[in-house]
Amino acid sequence: MSGFYADKQAAAPVRPEVLEAMLPYFTENFGNPQSLHSVGQKAARALQTAREQVARLLNCQPEEIIFVSSGSEANNLAVKGLALANQARGKQIVVSAIEHVSVLKAAKFLEKLDFKTVQVPVDGYGLVDPGKVAEAITPDTVLVSVMMANNEVGTIEPVAEIASLCRSKGILFHSDAVAAVGNIPVDVRAIGLEALSLAADQFGGPKGAAALFLKKGTKITPLIDGGVQESNRRAGTENVPAIVGLGRAAELAMMEMDKKGQLLARLRDRLIRGVLTGLDEVILTGHPERRLPHHASFCVKFVEGEAMLLGLDFNGIQVASGSACTSKSLRTSHVLTAMGLDPAVAQGSLMLTLLDGTREEQVEYFLEKFPPVVRRLREMSPLYTKFLEEKKDVHR
Amino acid sequence: MYTDKVMEHFMHPRNVGTIPDADGVGEVGNPVCGDMMTFYIKVKDGRLEDVKFQTFGCGAAIAVSSLVSEMARGRTLDEAMKITNEQVAKELGGLPPHKMHCSNLGADALHKAIENYLEKQNRQKPEGGGEGKESQDKEEHFHCPFCDYTLPENAQLCGHCQIRLIRCEHCGEYNRETDETCRHCGAGLV
Repeated sequence: MSGFYADKQAAAPVRPEVLEAMLPYFTENFGNPQSLHSVGQKAARALQTAREQVARLLNCQPEEIIFVSSGSEANNLAVKGLALANQARGKQIVVSAIEHVSVLKAAKFLEKLDFKTVQVPVDGYGLVDPGKVAEAITPDTVLVSVMMANNEVGTIEPVAEIASLCRSKGILFHSDAVAAVGNIPVDVRAIGLEALSLAADQFGGPKGAAALFLKKGTKITPLIDGGVQESNRRAGTENVPAIVGLGRAAELAMMEMDKKGQLLARLRDRLIRGVLTGLDEVILTGHPERRLPHHASFCVKFVEGEAMLLGLDFNGIQVASGSACTSKSLRTSHVLTAMGLDPAVAQGSLMLTLLDGTREEQVEYFLEKFPPVVRRLREMSPLYTKFLEEKKDVHR
Repeated sequence: MYTDKVMEHFMHPRNVGTIPDADGVGEVGNPVCGDMMTFYIKVKDGRLEDVKFQTFGCGAAIAVSSLVSEMARGRTLDEAMKITNEQVAKELGGLPPHKMHCSNLGADALHKAIENYLEKQNRQKPEGGGEGKESQDKEEHFHCPFCDYTLPENAQLCGHCQIRLIRCEHCGEYNRETDETCRHCGAGLV
């Protein structure tokens, strides 16, 4: 037993096949894709292959892929770039309350340029109601951005319905699909939207490679000005090895996603059942069924997330938390707050995201080690002491 | 992120628990902010015969409470009142800037428990402690919301961790410039 790493969302190992594909582009195939000579053209061909691989995964045209450096950059480019290029159509932006901070802060930035942002609330499962999106839309709405799946609670959003709503009103629609692409099927043609973000490190690829799908004919303002790379939409010498890795990871994901998803969903369900039956006063966060196959998240009452995280790490188990103490900004996760969770309960947030190849015995190991970690912290928690006293009073 | 000493106190905290017939109890913090501590003391011949605590919070909060309880045990009330946040952080080999506020809570909870005891005794409070100190704190000292550095009046930048600050128009407390609502009173920040 070599412990249990369950923080895939933060970082995951690059797949060996992906690394193998990348390595030559650091050394012998070092060319700049913009160079006209044969060395450069070799790199340009690799870039094109990667573009085709990503396009196949999303079911779009290769020229509809813009390579960028991270999911955050893809989201910034989509929100700022679409709003700025299309502001003649309106200056209001609709986002959900549980978007990634890179979407929320990009929208906030636009407010300095006289755009208005409306946040659509979510229900207790973190689900966005398309009806609420419809209510938020005004004649001034230029862009709607709702994520495909939430990274903190794993809930899969009704993006296709929101897309069809936006289409019917002629409003641009972007979806942050960073947590989803490579883990669940995402077909941009079937959904019918203008822009979608993805990142390689969420499905076996390297950090530093991501992409924005941008539907042909959609106007966008670049964030980085300079050279002609990415058809004038993102200047800067391309990170060829990482993009090659993204392409290869996309190809592998396409072949293996279904089977892997089923395996992971089974382990996830065992994990959720085990946690909920192994401890009292624990709640599952996010939707029980409409959730990412590798994602399990909870709030454990009367204890704080960072303390659980450290206690688990001591047992060779790595997880994440959305508690205020865990974040360097000392703020409780806006996702849990938006879902209406009691702020004190939200401090006990714990997120597990399973790597490909997670074994059943690792899940069982977690289920064995987790309750004692929580019990130890509860024994020193004044909130738990109060809870037990109140319970006693009720039974008296 | 944490020193070995912090981790050691977190994994093996000293003096965890409650004292049912405590002479003084002090509670600080709020679960909504992520940290809450309760200190219990037993006093004999002017000394802290026993100190116990319960903490809801992060690794730093638990380590700080454990260390404060250890530092306070056996001390006179005056000595215990003089335990400062800086001492606690230093003893732990330092804390990350955004965890410095945890070291405050530990000493505050202990001091509150002693004040509670003194109130019960109806005796005068030791010099430098008690309500006097608290109101003085409110009047003259503001602390960085991120690293807890003492700020001069009308600071716009923390001299220690360099984050930009904004003052709440409602309650006057400092917040990070990026905050949307005040951490202290919940009012919106402009």
